[in-house]
Amino acid sequence: MSQVLDPPPPTRASTQAATATAPPSGPGHDLAALAARHGLSVSGARPSLPQYVRQLWARRHFIGAFSTAKLTAQYSQAKLGQLWQVMTPLLNAAVYYFIFGLLLDTRRDVADFVPFLVTGVFVWTFTQSSIMAGTRAISGNLGLVRALHFPRAALPVSFCLQQLQQLLFSMCALVVILLAFGVPPGPSWLLAVPALVLQFVFNAGLAMIMARVGSKIPDMAQLMPFLLRTWMYASGVMFSIEHMTGPDSGLPSWVGTALQLNPAVVYIDLMRFALIDSFGGSQLPPHVWALAVGWALVAGIGGFIYFWKAEETYGRG
Amino acid sequence: MADTPADNTPAERVPTVVADGVDIVYRVNGTGAGRGSATAALHRILRRSKTEQAAGVRRVHAVKNVSFVAYRGEAIGLIGTNGSGKSTLLKAVAGLLPVESGRIYTDGQPSLLGVNAALMNDLTGERNVYLGGLAMGMSRAQIKERYQEIVDFSGINEKGDFITLPMRTYSSGMAARLRFSIAAAKDHDVLLVDEALATGDRSFQKRSEQRIRELRRHAGTVFLVSHSNKSIRDTCDRVLWLERGELRMDGPTEEVLKEYEKFTGGPDRAAKPKAAPKAAPKTAPEPAPGAKAVV
Repeated sequence: MSQVLDPPPPTRASTQAATATAPPSGPGHDLAALAARHGLSVSGARPSLPQYVRQLWARRHFIGAFSTAKLTAQYSQAKLGQLWQVMTPLLNAAVYYFIFGLLLDTRRDVADFVPFLVTGVFVWTFTQSSIMAGTRAISGNLGLVRALHFPRAALPVSFCLQQLQQLLFSMCALVVILLAFGVPPGPSWLLAVPALVLQFVFNAGLAMIMARVGSKIPDMAQLMPFLLRTWMYASGVMFSIEHMTGPDSGLPSWVGTALQLNPAVVYIDLMRFALIDSFGGSQLPPHVWALAVGWALVAGIGGFIYFWKAEETYGRG
Repeated sequence: MADTPADNTPAERVPTVVADGVDIVYRVNGTGAGRGSATAALHRILRRSKTEQAAGVRRVHAVKNVSFVAYRGEAIGLIGTNGSGKSTLLKAVAGLLPVESGRIYTDGQPSLLGVNAALMNDLTGERNVYLGGLAMGMSRAQIKERYQEIVDFSGINEKGDFITLPMRTYSSGMAARLRFSIAAAKDHDVLLVDEALATGDRSFQKRSEQRIRELRRHAGTVFLVSHSNKSIRDTCDRVLWLERGELRMDGPTEEVLKEYEKFTGGPDRAAKPKAAPKAAPKTAPEPAPGAKAVV
């Protein structure tokens, strides 16, 4: 753009022809007053929080359609097509089984190691990919943000919904694995539903926080994989935290307590508790449901408000 | 279409868009000396300096102190040479770009005509119609109701059942037609059009100009950015001329275009003179000289 040169002299002689009946169009209070008199609203202003919630709700069909569309578009070029929805998580689990189960032999300490591992990997992947997608939700969709008007929170929420749908595919594979390894189905399987709902709220909250951060600092997208991997190893995805931090591990006891407060551990263990028979209540962190609800509310509400606070600035830069 | 106030009741015209001393500034990262090289970035971080200039952030002052009032029933053309801030101003009116200073007041939610960014090439045309409609804020029922209309208008199915194929298999013209058809399916209070008229083949162009006129009847106010003086003459009764971010002229179409053609005819637009039998009647049959396909 060529703004550096001297601007040409304004020739506004004929200006008033078209705006004859209007008050003189000089900048200043006249225009603001004119706008106020006709009840015009400031363009691009941030809506109030309740308004914002209503707007978001009004766009729920868009959120749903967008996430499904993303999911379908993802593998539409692959020869195996939607089969990859199930293959990707399974291959992931296979890699972890090879390294942690066979090479490092963590399976000795854990009953039903394969169901234990696969559940952990799937549930963790849900949180991980929600956060990664959230980080790019605004910065990777600037075209959309700059072209259309909708509450921006629709984007991170929609990406989390896409991951949830992905997880549901994985869960189907998981059921097959569980049955194959002789885990009996039981009424406790139903607990998976509230656990997933809480985890979804938690993920959506984190995704919204990261969406705002990522929209201001695009470099976050490079940094996040490392943070997430660190978090994963601290979350007992492929080993039992209890065994790692137990009395004979030599670690101070607060490490164990801290790890058990970790929301990823909470959601993973809840899912294991729901699905795997041999994973009893004694292995759960204390007050696990309270923790799960607490984390979901803190992240969900906090993330939503944090995201909304910058609503009018998304799209710049 | 030139001098318009006639078709507006002179009593009290209702403003739909009021721009009050608007400035728009872009900040662009990593354009300092040495651009994006690693050492330059490191240098920036180490110096942690106060001024944006030194931090490698460049400010581009795209729109400078622009004020105008647009009224219900007006069709306003935005003209100016490339990079003069027309599209930027339009985005700010739509509330999609924050203003640096000044205010833009609007009646309802102005919308840009365009859904390109919401569509996905890997999906079928049919699913894209729904996705695009939802992205523009239509309900599923509304889309269902208009679906056939959209498909017929785009003419995608004239050569076979293309609407059920993924959009990536379309020719660029077909895709552009479908995009325009989806975008134009919704009625708007304040409609902002950014050079969407030059899409597709001749017959489609005719249809889309017709559709724009229809939209204008439904919409309170239409803004049209175009490099085609002919489309401006055909559709607009008032023109804002932006040059280097400043509002250079604001007035009836013929007056402003006359000055503009004088301005561009000289230095940078050799192809121009054809269009300049000054103050030609609005329905001049000459082909659009500067028509530019952008969608």
